[in-house]
Amino acid sequence: MSEEVKQEVPVAVEAEAKPKAEMLLPKGDELVLSSSPHIHADEDVQKIMVKVIIALMPALFAGMLLFGNAAIMVILYCVAFSVAAEMIWCKIAGKPLDTVKDFSAVLTGLLLAMNLSAGVPWWLCLIGAFLAIWLGKQVFGGLGHNPFNPALVARVALLIALPKYMTSWVPTKFMNGNVGSYAQRFFTPEAWNNVLGEQLDGITCATPLGVVSTTEKVLQNAQGVFANVANPEAYQQYFLGNMGGCLGETSAVALLLGGIILILFKLIKWQVPVFYVATVAIFTAIINYFFPGVTPPALFHILTGGLLLGAIFMATDMVTSPMTKKGAVIFGMGCGVITCVIRIWGNYPEGVSFAILFMNALVPLIDRFASKKPFGYNVRDDKEGAKA
Amino acid sequence: MSKSKGLTFKGGIHPSKDGKALSSSAAIQDAPLLKEYQLIIQQNIGAPPKLLVAKGDEVKKGQLIAEAGGFVSVPLHSPTSGKISKIDSIPGPMGIPVQAVVIAADGEDQWGELMESMDWKAAEPQAIKDRVRDAGVVGMGGAAFPTHVKLSPPPGKEIDCLILNGAECEPYLTADHRLMMEYPEKVLEGAAILGKALGVTDVYIGVEVNKMDAIDTLLAKADDYGVKIVGLQVKYPQGAEKHLISAITKREVPTGGLPMDVGCVVQNVGSAAAVADAVVEGKPLIDRITTVTGEPVKNPSNWRLKLGTPVIEAIKFAGGVVCEPGKVILGGPMMGFAQKSLLVTVTKNTSGILLMKKDEITQYQSVACIRCGRCVDACPMNLQPGSLSAAIESEKFDLAAKNNIMDCVECGSCAYVCPSNRPLVQHFRRAKAEIRKITKK
Amino acid sequence: MEVFIAAVIAMAVIGILLGAVIGIAAKLFKVEVDPRIDLVTELLPGANCGGCGKAGCADFARSVISGENPPSKCPVASQEQVSAIAKALGIEVGDAVKKVAVVFCGGDHNQEKVQVLYNGVNDCVSASLIAGGPKGCSYGCLGMGSCARACPFNAIEIVNGLAVVHPDLCVGCGACVDTCPRDLIKLVPQDAKVHIYCSSPEKGAAKMKVCSVPCIACRKCVKAGEEGQFTVDGFSVSVNYDAEKLVDTSIFENVKCPTGCLLSEAEHLKIEKAQTSEVA
Repeated sequence: MSEEVKQEVPVAVEAEAKPKAEMLLPKGDELVLSSSPHIHADEDVQKIMVKVIIALMPALFAGMLLFGNAAIMVILYCVAFSVAAEMIWCKIAGKPLDTVKDFSAVLTGLLLAMNLSAGVPWWLCLIGAFLAIWLGKQVFGGLGHNPFNPALVARVALLIALPKYMTSWVPTKFMNGNVGSYAQRFFTPEAWNNVLGEQLDGITCATPLGVVSTTEKVLQNAQGVFANVANPEAYQQYFLGNMGGCLGETSAVALLLGGIILILFKLIKWQVPVFYVATVAIFTAIINYFFPGVTPPALFHILTGGLLLGAIFMATDMVTSPMTKKGAVIFGMGCGVITCVIRIWGNYPEGVSFAILFMNALVPLIDRFASKKPFGYNVRDDKEGAKA
Repeated sequence: MSKSKGLTFKGGIHPSKDGKALSSSAAIQDAPLLKEYQLIIQQNIGAPPKLLVAKGDEVKKGQLIAEAGGFVSVPLHSPTSGKISKIDSIPGPMGIPVQAVVIAADGEDQWGELMESMDWKAAEPQAIKDRVRDAGVVGMGGAAFPTHVKLSPPPGKEIDCLILNGAECEPYLTADHRLMMEYPEKVLEGAAILGKALGVTDVYIGVEVNKMDAIDTLLAKADDYGVKIVGLQVKYPQGAEKHLISAITKREVPTGGLPMDVGCVVQNVGSAAAVADAVVEGKPLIDRITTVTGEPVKNPSNWRLKLGTPVIEAIKFAGGVVCEPGKVILGGPMMGFAQKSLLVTVTKNTSGILLMKKDEITQYQSVACIRCGRCVDACPMNLQPGSLSAAIESEKFDLAAKNNIMDCVECGSCAYVCPSNRPLVQHFRRAKAEIRKITKK
Repeated sequence: MEVFIAAVIAMAVIGILLGAVIGIAAKLFKVEVDPRIDLVTELLPGANCGGCGKAGCADFARSVISGENPPSKCPVASQEQVSAIAKALGIEVGDAVKKVAVVFCGGDHNQEKVQVLYNGVNDCVSASLIAGGPKGCSYGCLGMGSCARACPFNAIEIVNGLAVVHPDLCVGCGACVDTCPRDLIKLVPQDAKVHIYCSSPEKGAAKMKVCSVPCIACRKCVKAGEEGQFTVDGFSVSVNYDAEKLVDTSIFENVKCPTGCLLSEAEHLKIEKAQTSEVA
């Protein structure tokens, strides 16, 4: 039997005609209408705040390293209370929580913490945070409307209201060792007598500027005391941050690192810190040259106190500093002059906060007079603007 | 010519998303013939042209259908052969309905009678200017100012320098780039013709150095026409007339003044090519090169579109879209106009049709200025946009006028860099409109 | 004790001296002021709105006394106030017609058919500069409130994207007329109670595409009314406010407007009020 081989008759299958790709046309019913320009740089307020916080990190870490747990707690309290203050205000005022989301409250909290001594109690951080956010920023209308730097408003208000707490400086972790060598530099004359036999942690220490300012008034020829606090070994310690002071202002190296980050990312106008520090340096150098008993040399002034913190992080706050480059130069120089005047002849050992607040008040005036000449003005004899 | 870094001006911005790569290598294609063209009647600054045709008239390609309505006006020509089906109002590029001549094409696309070819080297300057006017040439970079008027400065204004704008500083647009790459001789001849009409020998073409291939193509033939090619730094708004003049000649146009006040005349390279067509071949202005581009567009490309082509058809030429666009812009992304309707048609100054995806669109917010000063650094006119916008929000228009708001060229650099996304240009447009209303009273 | 007496005497003497100086100065440098200005200013409503065209009520009082304006030019003053002023000065009342403002558009968000998402400044003038504004009709009300903000009497309310004038609050000062970028607001006689709420000159078919209550110039109202009561201008019809016999609500007995743009003031207000309760 022959197997019937079924021959498969190939059925002509038409290759399935691929449907011609339909051209998708726009319907144009979901168009957005807005003014030009229709593209935008990849930058917004949140990104700027985050970058500034990153630039603050070196100084914050230095503070935590130098002053230990107390500093960490102060920082945490300040940030937490600042964010809380912002949220409460926004709730009460019925505003959206945008300013919390864009980290501006966090930044204010961090800057406030940098301006406080590591030994302050938690309730002082609470008062400070509310002062900074409510009195320093929100009563004026919120972000962008405040004329004064909020963290400085809080610092100055606390200084005047609670001077004892604000000037109780905690010694750094690296000040245990040869008490004697530190003593003359960092201890108040009264504490000096009690130093031997007591735990270091329980003693408050003076800042170098504090020593200078009390010394000037007591002694006729202060040069000897100045030499104690203003010599190359001391400068080394100051540069690293091993001195009394606010937890963010002591470490010059960390602050300078932060400053370089800020300038590289174009977050601040470099004219402000450069002209501020230069003015202080020149002013004090001249005074020190002619009257060495009145004030220590320029390098001392640069490395001690809140000058670097103020010049790099506080004076350069965008909202409260001039918008033009020329204005920034004037602003920096003005801050420098006032700082020196307060430090040398004023009642307070430190003049940075007051100087910056004073110049903040002058910023609208500076902006008005330090603007660039509009394009095409050089060639006209009259100063009329373009006609309609 | 200085090839290295290029000349420039103070201020300005560098848009990070250039977008030109999408279409810069797409050669210009001739658009297929459509069944209908809706030619907007007023396509120039100045007086609208006066219609010479009526419904039912037969027209040939290039035929005069509207004559100039005054000195500051140009005639209008039919883009194809066919019949006038109606004269109706259609959506206009500024959002308001405008009058248009609707031409039903007969498919032949036949030229009517062309004007005589002119020996421009021997011709009188006035004859060249008349030809430029008769061809309907306007500023094709966006302003649509009648070219023959620019070539006729009032007595007392000495012109010694002609600059051609090949900068194309707007992101995404590549029409001028391709024109210079593919028709360099036309551009150069146009430049020389314009130079003859003005009676100047200093003729420059400014090109941004991101278009080195265009610069090289032009350089190869530039000497034959006596034209100098100048490299410009890649910056926005390099193509703005005042800054082009400042970069190339270091002269500053006085406020409220015009380029002729400093002895310069600026023309777009597209206008120069149109002038060359008009003078050498006798062709009137009936089409132009437009870039159809953007992320949503399937095939971003450059097209020679006839005037009166609806935007939806132009998008069809480019292969349609890959997703529904969130914005349709006529012009570039920095100064272009957002559109409400896809039925708007191409005019003499439509340099680009740009589509944007929904998630690419930045939202403007009316939040406070954080006084960062980025706008002050970016403004090419040295104004203070932050202070000006604060004054305008408080409706203090006289304060804004005192601070030179009328000098603003609406380039958009300030709003581009503002971290708070404030609608700065919209504020300035409003202030300028209010100030014009007040000064008119 | 002596010190006390001396202090009292010294104060008294200084007081008398200074008083004398002021008294003499008051007499010497006295400015002659027409007492009628104060009288008229007292009688005026005191809104200082500028509706008369003068810079405040005192300025207007001056112009009335000088004869430049009749007392009835003040749009805010009531009939009694105007008569009181005229009586006080012994002049004619004048015959300025009391006017109110009307926004000639009925296109709130429920009526407009085409809508584009608008992102920008929330102000009518600014919005109209961006491609003619977000509404489909390029001649209609943008509803962002520039006129409402300009009204010194808070007589304009923005209801669901449409500006509506409350005729009982409007005094006809005209501050809103200038603010509207589309020139939709006009001052009409107070007695006019019927209006055509559409200002677009477009063809009827084009208008219907973008709005459900446009005037399509069907002319039903023109035919139903008396001669001269309506003005036909191209593709839109409007009420003639200078007609001998002004259109009144009786016209609704003879005609029903097919699109609903011919409305009485009360009906228009009622429709818009209903919108507010519909909208969340």
